[in-house]
Amino acid sequence: MTTTATRPATRPTKKDDGTRQPRVISFSQKLSKWDLKFSPYLYISPFFIMFAIVGLFPIGYTAVISFMDWDLVRNSGEFIGIDQYVWILTQPHFWTALRNTFSIFLLSSVPQLILAIFIAAVLDRNIRARTFWRMSVLLPFVVAPVAVGLIFTAIFADNFGLVNTWLNGIGIDGIPWHKDPLASHVAIATMVNYRWTGYNTLILLAAMQAVNRDFYEAATVDGAGPVRQFFSITLPSLKPTLIFVIITSTIGGLQIFDEPRVFDQFGRGGAGQQWLTIALYLYDIGWGQWNFGRAAAMAWILFVIILLIGLINLFITRTLVRDEGLHRELTKRQARALGKAAKKNVKEEASR
Amino acid sequence: MSTLETTPATLTVAEEGIPNAKARRRGSRTIKIRGARPGWVTYGILTVVFLTGVFPLYWSFIIGSGDASSLRRPFSWVPGGNFWDNAMAVMNNEAVNFWPALWNSIYSSFLIAAAVVITSTLAGWAFAKLRFLGGPALLVFVVATMAVPQQLGVVPLYILFSELGWTGQIGAIIIPALTSAFGVFWMTQYLRQAVPDELIEAARVDGASMIRTFWTVGVTAARPAAAMLFLFTFVGAWNNFFWPFIVLDRQNPTLPVALSLLQSNYFVDYSIVLAGVILATIPLLLLFIFAGKQLVSGIMAGAVKG
Repeated sequence: MTTTATRPATRPTKKDDGTRQPRVISFSQKLSKWDLKFSPYLYISPFFIMFAIVGLFPIGYTAVISFMDWDLVRNSGEFIGIDQYVWILTQPHFWTALRNTFSIFLLSSVPQLILAIFIAAVLDRNIRARTFWRMSVLLPFVVAPVAVGLIFTAIFADNFGLVNTWLNGIGIDGIPWHKDPLASHVAIATMVNYRWTGYNTLILLAAMQAVNRDFYEAATVDGAGPVRQFFSITLPSLKPTLIFVIITSTIGGLQIFDEPRVFDQFGRGGAGQQWLTIALYLYDIGWGQWNFGRAAAMAWILFVIILLIGLINLFITRTLVRDEGLHRELTKRQARALGKAAKKNVKEEASR
Repeated sequence: MSTLETTPATLTVAEEGIPNAKARRRGSRTIKIRGARPGWVTYGILTVVFLTGVFPLYWSFIIGSGDASSLRRPFSWVPGGNFWDNAMAVMNNEAVNFWPALWNSIYSSFLIAAAVVITSTLAGWAFAKLRFLGGPALLVFVVATMAVPQQLGVVPLYILFSELGWTGQIGAIIIPALTSAFGVFWMTQYLRQAVPDELIEAARVDGASMIRTFWTVGVTAARPAAAMLFLFTFVGAWNNFFWPFIVLDRQNPTLPVALSLLQSNYFVDYSIVLAGVILATIPLLLLFIFAGKQLVSGIMAGAVKG
């Protein structure tokens, strides 16, 4: 505060007429200075105070609990080192859950992304009733995941479910959706795809609309067809958005809980853990077996998995999808050499 | 309609002096920029997508309006007459607590969305438009926490709320949801481009205090983004299942929790379960009809910046 107090005193002396008294800083001025200085902190404080209590503190405390044997009656724990982590990593159920989570994640994210890009490309055309069609793809998004899960559990019911009835109708045996692991993963992935495809479609559509239309015009003039245009112009321009969509669906997809939870009435991932996911397993450890130390360790393992897969996906997307815009044909050094040569030429021309 | 398609004589006369008048007429510009109007294949694909979205809901309604055997009978496109009976069975079921669940969902989602909008607008304004020590670093930190799964916090939160004796109470699902890192990020992004710095400087020069500047310049500019944030937070809070399922009990559920209770009670009778699903989905379908347009533009606006 010393700087603010001295500054107004020096300012008037700079003025050429020394007749004015050095002004004493008034209270309202001081108030205004404080206002300027502390307001930002005041504005972010409601968020950060709440965030610290319900967001940051639990994350840190989960780490602490994960090294403890938590006693529910006394609501306290004693440190036992990394035993909880070791226990989880040696459970066959954990590895089954990991396999199921990955399987459901792949079955939901890959087809979903391809479908979303395709539908976005269709919506990107100059269609009539644009708002109506855009809204129509988003409709499933407002249906709660639990509701979606219940609807599709009935659609994929082993006996008399809609899908198996149709399959029987065309002479194929029904698929045991609730017995076969892969079949159950397909059913659960369908629920995820139903709810999220439209959402991601709109994100990708927004990115497509941002692409400069001149590129397409130039490509048409150069004789590139729609398919070539899509792969050479549209897809590379979508890269940042694709990364965003893939990262967010990784974070969400690996936490999947609602849909597998309601896939049967017991909610424990099937009799043979066919669709037990990591989040389901975490719930079962924490609130089925009431072992909070292990549940906390499980939560941290899930977080690490999400970070790892997120980074891997980031890397894959970066390499697979070509860079935005044109690749520079010359390296910087080549360009500099060419520039020097050109300058030399010009000088020689001038001196002649 | 035929008069609209052929150029009226007056227009032809008026256009005589204007070079390439035809190209300047309304509509032709969008075609030039956005390509020609597509054919029926495009609309066919979009119709299929639309029907895929609607069909599961319609099918649920068909089954939900039948009786316990309706799933076993051949599929019919015409709803049965039992929807009201099934709905009454859901509403009057004592294990499900439908009406408390509906009320809990409504007021908790409303409070959560309102609180998130207020805290996010305040913090977003500070991050986007005010300079302060540590601001950029804090923002990066907030964005980074968006990658943290909600499972990472539930064990301590459960311990906290059981110490407070709040398990089974709606407060236990409202309090942890009052802030949102996404909300802060969203408002920061929006306010950064929506408010020119000159406007703030002008307000400051005119003697407005910081809070007055925030109120007259910031809040006014933030309104569209705040409305969208409210909608998304509301839908998210309404649909949230994991944490409410852990901390709430049968006596006092939210709608998704009530639906899962309904399933464990009626696992053989799909007609009642699906009638309950339709009942629980109707409020958000109504919201979608009135605010679907805003949801669409919200997603698309967020995508460009994000």
